[in-house]
Amino acid sequence: MTIEKPVYMDNNSTTPLDPRVLEKMQPFLTKAFGNAASRSHHYGWVAEEAVDYAREQVAKLIGATPAEIIFTSGATESDNLALKGVAHLYGMTDADKIFLDAVAKGHADGSMPDAADKVPSRFGSVDLDAIAKEGAFEHFKSKGDHIITVRTEHKAILDSAKRLEKEGFRITYLDVGADGLLSLQTLEEAITDKTILVSVMMANNEIGVIQPIAEIGAICRKHKVVFHTDAVQAVGKVPVDVNALNVDLLSISGHKMYGPKGVGAIYVRRRRPRVRLEAGIDGGGHERGMRSGTLNVAGIVGLGAAAELCMKDLAADAERTRNLREKLWSKLSGELDELYLNGHAEHRLPGNLNVSFAYVEGEAMMMAIKDVAVSSGSACTSASLEPSYVLRALGIGDDLAHSSIRFGIGRFTTDEEVEFVGQIVVDAVRRLREMSPLYEMAKEGIDLNSIEWAAH
Amino acid sequence: MAYNDKVIDHYENPRNVGTLDKNDSNVGTGLVGAPACGDVMRLQIQVSDDGVIEDAKFKTFGCGSAIASSSLVTEWVKGKRVEWAAELKNESIVEELSLPPVKVHCSVLAEDAIKAAVADWRQKKERKA
Repeated sequence: MTIEKPVYMDNNSTTPLDPRVLEKMQPFLTKAFGNAASRSHHYGWVAEEAVDYAREQVAKLIGATPAEIIFTSGATESDNLALKGVAHLYGMTDADKIFLDAVAKGHADGSMPDAADKVPSRFGSVDLDAIAKEGAFEHFKSKGDHIITVRTEHKAILDSAKRLEKEGFRITYLDVGADGLLSLQTLEEAITDKTILVSVMMANNEIGVIQPIAEIGAICRKHKVVFHTDAVQAVGKVPVDVNALNVDLLSISGHKMYGPKGVGAIYVRRRRPRVRLEAGIDGGGHERGMRSGTLNVAGIVGLGAAAELCMKDLAADAERTRNLREKLWSKLSGELDELYLNGHAEHRLPGNLNVSFAYVEGEAMMMAIKDVAVSSGSACTSASLEPSYVLRALGIGDDLAHSSIRFGIGRFTTDEEVEFVGQIVVDAVRRLREMSPLYEMAKEGIDLNSIEWAAH
Repeated sequence: MAYNDKVIDHYENPRNVGTLDKNDSNVGTGLVGAPACGDVMRLQIQVSDDGVIEDAKFKTFGCGSAIASSSLVTEWVKGKRVEWAAELKNESIVEELSLPPVKVHCSVLAEDAIKAAVADWRQKKERKA
């Protein structure tokens, strides 16, 4: 059986659209083009019904109710919405509190006769007398400004956090262990009475490591802190149940689960406790006021269909991809020395393998295996010339970070492809090591750490 | 961003990959870069008594453009005088390999490598004299 080249083995980056999903989407890209918000005619009703059904499909996959699923343009938007939506609704920065103190004082001592007008309505109705008496920090004690997340999160979380930091929110970026796992103790110790949100991704996109989400959720419940998880890489690959996991908010991406790009969802808990979000996008109040904008009906139908397929095939897919991954790892580790698996071996997505091949640089590897589509944590492959921040957070050393390759085995990866890739990688590593001065020096017994490199 | 054909060629048809005896008095060795940066080049030249580069070998830990840059340098310097090699400019490497801006630093490192090799050989010659 001939293999189609390049062989796609980068399913953590994106996945192909399952043909069965495309089939379900097609009518909505052609004849059933109605706007789901058109209440008054058939075109709208058909669209609305399709969206409702998709909502149920997505909800089922994660153990939620349909009313708790909000559709977005993708997980980046969902992540933004989770962080900013919670911060702006539940939190208040010191800057805001100091401002209100100043206004309350002006109101109380008469120096600011129109004090009430000075308070922007985003604060809702404020009791300036009470604030003047007890001080804003005491009065708004329950509105904290602290958010906890992890150094290895996706940029959609980290950059949203950075933006909130600019506004005056305080962010703690927790470190992980060498295996990529977050320590529960580290997390609990970081929580303060000003913490309003914890965000920890369920499965990491680079190293595939799965965090102890249920335990983290329990800790957050205990301290009454909202808990969000970016579950993009996990949903559809491993079982996800929002109640068993104790999560309040959860991000989903269509194109990571054999659905279309440009659509995703955020789960927003409605019971025990009820969580609300301030909308990021205004204009019409769609999605329970949390996300305005005409719904991407075809995309949503695709997301729902993808979710249903994942649910049906989850256990079988997981076992198959895990076996293929083990096969690839056996081949590589059986024939090559100085190989390092990045991230915990067991608490890991079934299809993910992130390997550092010492003494060989990642981009050169990718060029050498150009018939295989994978990604690398090497600086050369990133626009910034910095090696992967996730690998750095594991403490593996820049040289090994430069030597890493991420393999993402998926639903459509075949046995033959894994054999092909295994052999190509082994050959490429051997060849590149022959060309590598570092490999030669290491084989001679030279300790590379003892050399004073003339770095440019 | 597909890989440049010339760059791929240096990897698929390697020339001058190897090692010269660094203890040989006619061999100059340049080792530049750092593993932490993802770029290490070792360039060696074997020079005749009257200053002509008879052989050149390289080994590189780095991306395709780094490998190609150092490989190209070994091709160019063979048969040339050390003075010529010492004047090699990275811009010519950039042009020959059509390196994009983000890969220009690879050519700079290759220039450093050949200069280091020449300097090493000169230093040895001085000590011999």
